[in-house]
Amino acid sequence: MRLLYKLPLRWRSLFQRRAADQDLDEEVEFHLQHQIDEFVAQGMSAEEARCAALRSLGRLQQTKEECREMRHINFLENVGQDLHFGLRMLRRSPGFTVLAVLCLTLGIGANAAVFSWIEGILLRPFPMVAGQERMMAITGTSRAEAGPTAISWPDFLDLQHNCKLFDAFIVDQIMGATLNVGDHAAVVTGSVVSANYFDALGIRPILGRAFEPEENYGRNAHPVAVISYQMWKDLFHRDPAIVGKTQKFNGQPLTIIGVAPEAFHGTFVGWAMQFWVPVSMQERFVPGGYMLEDRDAPWIEGYVLRKPGVTAQQAQSELSAVAQRLEASYPETDRGHGIKLYPLWATPFNHAGSLLPILSIALGVVVFVLLIVCANVSNLLLVKAFGRRHEMTVRLSLGARRGRLLQQLITEGLLLAGAGAIGGLILARWTRNLLVLLLPKRNGSAMFLSGAVDWRVLVLSAVACLASTLLLGLVPALQTRELDLASALKSESGGVSGGRRRALAQSSLVLIQVTLSFILLVGAGLLLKSLRAVQNTNPGFSTLDVLTTFVDTKSAGYGSQRVYSFEDDLVDRLRTMPGIQSAAFARSTPFTYRPYSAAPIAVDGYVTPPGEQPVVEYNEVSAGYLPTMGIPLLSGRDFTRADNETSLPVAILNQTIATQFFRGQDPVGRRIQVKGRWLQIVGLAKDSKYSTLIEPSKPFFYVPMRQSVPGTSLFVRTSLPPRELANALSREVHTFDANLAIGEVLTMREEIDRTTAEQQVAVAMLGAFGGLALLLAGIGLYGVMSYVVSQSKREFGLRMALGARAPDVLRNVMSRGLLLTMIGIVAGVVVALGLARLLGNLLYRISPHDPLTFTLAAVVMIIASVASCFLPAWRATQIDPVRALRD
Amino acid sequence: MGKPTDLVQGTLDLLILKTMALQPMHGWGIAQRIRQISKDVLQVNQGALYPALHRLEQQGWIQAKWGESENNRRAKYYSLTRDGAKYLRRQQAQWSRLSGAIDLVLAME
Repeated sequence: MRLLYKLPLRWRSLFQRRAADQDLDEEVEFHLQHQIDEFVAQGMSAEEARCAALRSLGRLQQTKEECREMRHINFLENVGQDLHFGLRMLRRSPGFTVLAVLCLTLGIGANAAVFSWIEGILLRPFPMVAGQERMMAITGTSRAEAGPTAISWPDFLDLQHNCKLFDAFIVDQIMGATLNVGDHAAVVTGSVVSANYFDALGIRPILGRAFEPEENYGRNAHPVAVISYQMWKDLFHRDPAIVGKTQKFNGQPLTIIGVAPEAFHGTFVGWAMQFWVPVSMQERFVPGGYMLEDRDAPWIEGYVLRKPGVTAQQAQSELSAVAQRLEASYPETDRGHGIKLYPLWATPFNHAGSLLPILSIALGVVVFVLLIVCANVSNLLLVKAFGRRHEMTVRLSLGARRGRLLQQLITEGLLLAGAGAIGGLILARWTRNLLVLLLPKRNGSAMFLSGAVDWRVLVLSAVACLASTLLLGLVPALQTRELDLASALKSESGGVSGGRRRALAQSSLVLIQVTLSFILLVGAGLLLKSLRAVQNTNPGFSTLDVLTTFVDTKSAGYGSQRVYSFEDDLVDRLRTMPGIQSAAFARSTPFTYRPYSAAPIAVDGYVTPPGEQPVVEYNEVSAGYLPTMGIPLLSGRDFTRADNETSLPVAILNQTIATQFFRGQDPVGRRIQVKGRWLQIVGLAKDSKYSTLIEPSKPFFYVPMRQSVPGTSLFVRTSLPPRELANALSREVHTFDANLAIGEVLTMREEIDRTTAEQQVAVAMLGAFGGLALLLAGIGLYGVMSYVVSQSKREFGLRMALGARAPDVLRNVMSRGLLLTMIGIVAGVVVALGLARLLGNLLYRISPHDPLTFTLAAVVMIIASVASCFLPAWRATQIDPVRALRD
Repeated sequence: MGKPTDLVQGTLDLLILKTMALQPMHGWGIAQRIRQISKDVLQVNQGALYPALHRLEQQGWIQAKWGESENNRRAKYYSLTRDGAKYLRRQQAQWSRLSGAIDLVLAME
């Protein structure tokens, strides 16, 4: 109730100040009049009465001021004044203002950008999708192998039917398909999804319809697709009558039934999906044959939507319980299998999982950068604050409370930080797609890793802004606390003691900067060294002189036999061309996202431990694949074209599988069972890396393409540059069949480098910020040393008058600067030793405490500090002793 | 700084509120009334009175209205709000308790 009285009063005090003041004047005047009347009644003349009344009323103005203060408006009024004053101060020194705001923009902007990446990539990665906070990734687990596994369709249906705590189970299995676009083939990325996909995510196609429930069922019964807005625009030029038309994907004609909205990119962090097909089309789009009725055929990755109010733990325990029942009901297929849920930001099957460590490191780094920036701007403010000592002293002596001065300083900090925050948010908006630029691109597959600047990012940025405001305001504020009125007013020109204290404050700020930049340097160094170690790892095959691409026989609708004969002809033709040594085909290209085939195997004389069904990856390759790739054969022979459908099924093993299953004996001549079929082992190949450079050696084998499925990946051993080969290849392929198209031509080295993209991003980011930090620390050190020199002119003058030579003075100044740096480095070493462990699995074959890196970082830091101290030190040697002593 | 050193802290508010409990009054009137009733013992200085009035108004205990004074001048009249009346009762009860307690202590032989 009191609020009803209070609010209008506050309003009036704030916005109708003049009226309120007038009222007050009138009220006091009324009182005065009464007093005069009373005195007149006591017999004074009017004039006397007025004087007496004024006397008796005492300090009228002060009373009025106190009344005003009672209106509680001074605080807000002061803020207004401070803002006004602060703006004027900033306008008066534009150089300082621009520098400070730029620094803060950088600091706050880096934070806002990383916040927006975390928000847009990890926390709410899927634009337009409803209920993301209830969405979780789902995979299988297996007692036999670590890490997530896929789930079979029958199991998936059973989970869906038996769980009560979920709104939806969604299949979302990424796959690639090739499309003929003019004379080149493009890989487009799509997804096999359950029919409820669009409805469950709350996505309505802008044209046509989403999938119907029955489109989940029937072997290849529903050749339909929903395409992305991007594909509709690029490939079909926004054809308004697209619905009902057909397009071949992987050689399979699909009827387009709908177009997804522009902002919807599917649900795979990292890639923008171009089309979606229903689960019934699995056989055509997911390698491994028809799997929809096979409980033993895992292929599904997906998501669940928890019912509102259901916690992650409840959801997980219900799923685990159902998974246990499935294990009991289907022991021969499901033994040892479980189900696991992940929050979206830890999704193991897309880029979320691999970006998580990078983004967490980035978050730490940008906080450091913000601290460094604040220290730097504080330093600038400190210089200004000292210049304003006179102003502050005068204000204090006129009766300003220190709190009032503090308010003024904080307001000025807020102005700077606020401008920085606005700039920072603009920066974050500009850089929201920066990660996509940093990561290597792949033709045809649009990457989608966009930051989102939403209210949460705004709030966090505001917090960063306020935190920096406090840091900025605090240092000069502490400085005013030490203002001593009398002495400050007296010795305006240059109190040495005040200067000492200020130099101390400045030095501590520089110390902080040196420490933090040293830590960033160490981080950048460690990651760089680790990246080098990864890149220098021998993949076990030739990287520079092997080019890879693919020939899109699928879109052209070739059958297996036609593929084999075409590929043989092409390889023969290529071999005759100058500069080309050999060529071969395979189904999978090493180091790409698309998975290898995998199968459970059995070996004569090797007893499988119970509960363990060894599943081994393999590649289907043509004759000449191993020599083309440069993978040495240790024993036996390579495949030949005679290893075909009619001859004895054969295989070549790698060393690891031979060691594991044949106890190191030469397996050539023995047999291995794959998917129930016995294969004769004809060769033993040297181990190589298959998917990433940092994987441990793993069992692997090769089978001839002609005894399995055709592949379209082409490998050419050549000294030709990729562009030249691409042209030659295009020509050759076109002479065979004008309908055929080839994909992007890359060296195997480029293919490998794409797998280290995350490390590269981390190195680039830490390197850039480390360099920036070094620069800022250098500027800070320069500022302090310049100040020290300017304050100690007399001291240096005296020294020189007493016989010190220029080198002595130089050494003196330099050693002060280096001392600061050294202390900073020591502090940095201590902190960095603790923090480096956080780099964790981004470090490969390098200790987080690598002494060489620490030494190098220290050397760089020292060089930088020598560089920044030199100019002030040189200036000290130029001091004219006579003049310095006379002043 | 203008605080009523001759009054126990906080009693000025009580006196002001009590004085205007019967009818709306202007500042001068309040000061005069307190002086009269207390037989010139309590003299409220305007330097304390007006800030107190403004504070009480800001706190919502009293409200102000401009009106005509007895000698036809424009004057600001203060009156108790409903919350102010309650506040006064509470304060008065507390004061009685306090002064009673002090009396008891002082009456000790």
